[in-house]
Amino acid sequence: MSGKLFRNFSFLSATLSFFILVGIFAVLFTYAQDAMHEFGFDFLFNETWEADEDDEGGIFGGFIPIIGTLLSTLIAMLIATPLAMGISIFLTEIASETIAKPVSIAIELLAAIPSIIYGMWGLFYFAPIVHDIFGGNGVGLLTAGIVLAIMIIPFMAAITRDSMNTTPQVLKESAYAMGATKFEVIKDVVMPYAKGGIIGSIILALGRALGETMAVAFLIGSVMSLPGKITDPTTSIPVLLANNFAEAQDLEMSSMYFLALILFVVSFFIISIAKFYFLGKPVKVKK
Amino acid sequence: MTDNNLVLEIKDFSFTYASADAPSLKKINLPIEENKITAMIGPSGCGKSTLLRAMNRIHDLYPGNKYEGEINLYREAQEKENILHLKKENDFIKLRQEVGMIFQKPTPFPMSIFDNVAYGLKLAGLKNKTELKDRVEKALKDAAIWKETKDRLNQSALGMSGGQQQRLCIARAVALKPRVLLFDEPTSALDPISTGAIEELISEIKSEVSMVIVTHNMQQASRLSDYTAFMYLGDMVEYDKTENIFLNPKEKLTEEYITGRFG
Ligand SMILES: Nc1ncnc2c1ncn2[C@@H]1O[C@H](COP(=O)(O)OP(=O)(O)OP(=O)(O)O)[C@@H](O)[C@H]1O
Ligand SMILES: [Mg+2]
Repeated sequence: MSGKLFRNFSFLSATLSFFILVGIFAVLFTYAQDAMHEFGFDFLFNETWEADEDDEGGIFGGFIPIIGTLLSTLIAMLIATPLAMGISIFLTEIASETIAKPVSIAIELLAAIPSIIYGMWGLFYFAPIVHDIFGGNGVGLLTAGIVLAIMIIPFMAAITRDSMNTTPQVLKESAYAMGATKFEVIKDVVMPYAKGGIIGSIILALGRALGETMAVAFLIGSVMSLPGKITDPTTSIPVLLANNFAEAQDLEMSSMYFLALILFVVSFFIISIAKFYFLGKPVKVKK
Repeated sequence: MTDNNLVLEIKDFSFTYASADAPSLKKINLPIEENKITAMIGPSGCGKSTLLRAMNRIHDLYPGNKYEGEINLYREAQEKENILHLKKENDFIKLRQEVGMIFQKPTPFPMSIFDNVAYGLKLAGLKNKTELKDRVEKALKDAAIWKETKDRLNQSALGMSGGQQQRLCIARAVALKPRVLLFDEPTSALDPISTGAIEELISEIKSEVSMVIVTHNMQQASRLSDYTAFMYLGDMVEYDKTENIFLNPKEKLTEEYITGRFG
C-alpha cells in the first residue's frame, strides 16, 4: 500500500518536472511571439536596442547580449578548462592523500559559494587588478570571463576528478608495468578512460557559464555596446534581462522573452547533450 | 643448481606494507631460473602477490613500504644488479621493460588492439612504422591470437572476450621481449577453455622468456611449471622441482596444502 503510494508520488514528481519544463518553454514562446513576428531571424544580428519615446515600440536586436554571452563564456572556458584538468590530475594522480583530501574539500566548498559573492568579490577585489594589468576601466568582458572561470573551475574539477577516480587501479598498474611514466599513464590511460566525464563536465560548466547572471551583472559593465577589445564593457543575455525587466513594456518585454527563449533552448540542448550523451555512459569494460 | 642459469635471485627479502605493522614477507629466498616456469602456491594472504610485485618494483607506485634484502636481476654477461637499489624513474622503466607483468583480470587499455600491443614499444622509443607493424604482428602470433585479431586490429580492444583480452595482454608484454614475465593468477577470471589457451601459450613462450606464475590451481602449477615454491604466512616453506613438491614434499605443511587438507 505505502509502496504504491510512494510510486504514485514519485511518478507525479517526475511528470511534474517535465510539465514545468514544457510550461516554461510555452510561456517564453508565447510572450516572445510579438518580437518574433516583428523582427524574425534578424533579431539575432541586430545591434540596436532602443525603445521609442512613448515606450510603445522600438527596435530591439539581440546581437550585443548574445555576443557578450558567447564571448564571456568563451573566455571563461578557455581559462577554466586547462586549470580544472590540471587540478583534477593533481588530485587524483599526483598529490598524496594528506594533500588531496583538504584540497578536495576546499574545492567542493568553493563550488557551493553563491554567485553574488563571486560578483562582489570580483568587483571590489578583482576588477582593480584586471585594470592594473590589462588596462580598461576594470569591469568588462575580461573581468567577467575570469571571474566566471573561477566560478566554474571547482565544479568542473570536481566532476573530472570523480571520473578520473573511476580508472581502475590495475589498469594504471599495467601501464606502469610496461614502462610508462606517470605522465604517459595520465595521458594514455586516465584521460581516455575519463573522457566521457571530462567532456560532460566541460559542457555542464558551459551551460552554467552561459546562464550565470549575478556575478556577470556585477562585472561585465552592463552597457549596450559591442566590445572592441577584450577589456571593454558590454552586456550579456541574463544581465540584460535582469537589468531591464522592471521597466520594459510591450515589444521590449517580448524581445526579452525572445532572448530568454534563445538562452533557454541553447542551455537545454547543451545540458541534455552533457547529461545523456557523456555522463550517462560509463566506459564499457568487460568484466 | 649453479648460478649460471638464474635470471632472478631473491635473497633474504623482507617486505612490510606502509599501512601494516608486521612484515608480509619474512626473509624470503627464491631463485628464478632462466627459461623455466616457476610457480608460486600457497593459501590466500600468504604473500604471493606481494613477492611477485616486488620483482618489478610495482610496489613503488605507493609510497612508504619498507623492505630489505636483495633481488638480483642477472643480465647477459652474468653481471647482476640488485633491483632494490634502483631509485630513478628511468631505471624503473628499464626494469619493467625487462620484467613484464600480467594481472588477474585482463587489462586492455582503452585503445585499439594494434595500439595496445604497440604501446610498450612506442614507450620504449620505437617509431619506425614498418618495424612497429612487424613487432606487433609477431607478438600477436607468439600469443596465438593473430588469427582472431588480424582483421580487426583497429577496433577497440575492449570489445574482445575476456580470454582474448588476456592473451592480448600477454602479447603486449611479450612484444617488449622481456627477460621475465610475472603472472598473478592469470586465469582465475577465465573459463576453462580460455584457461587452456593461456596455459598452452605460456608453455610455448617458455623458450623466449622466463616466467613466474602465481596460481591457486594445483593442477595448473603441476601441469605448467618446472619449479614450485610453496609459501605460508609470509614464509617460503619449500622450493623444489615441481615433481618433488607434488610427489615427494619434504615439509609436512607443503604436503598438507597440496593434498588439500587446508588452504
Ligand atoms: N596494500 C596493502 N597494505 C597492507 N597490507 C597488505 C596490502 N596488500 C596485501 N597486504 C597483506 O599482505 C599479506 C600478503 O598479501 P598478498 O596479497 O601478497 O597475498 P596473496 O598470497 O597474493 O593472497 P591471494 O592468494 O589472496 O592473492 C596479507 O596479509 C595481506 O593482508
Ligand atoms: Mg594475490
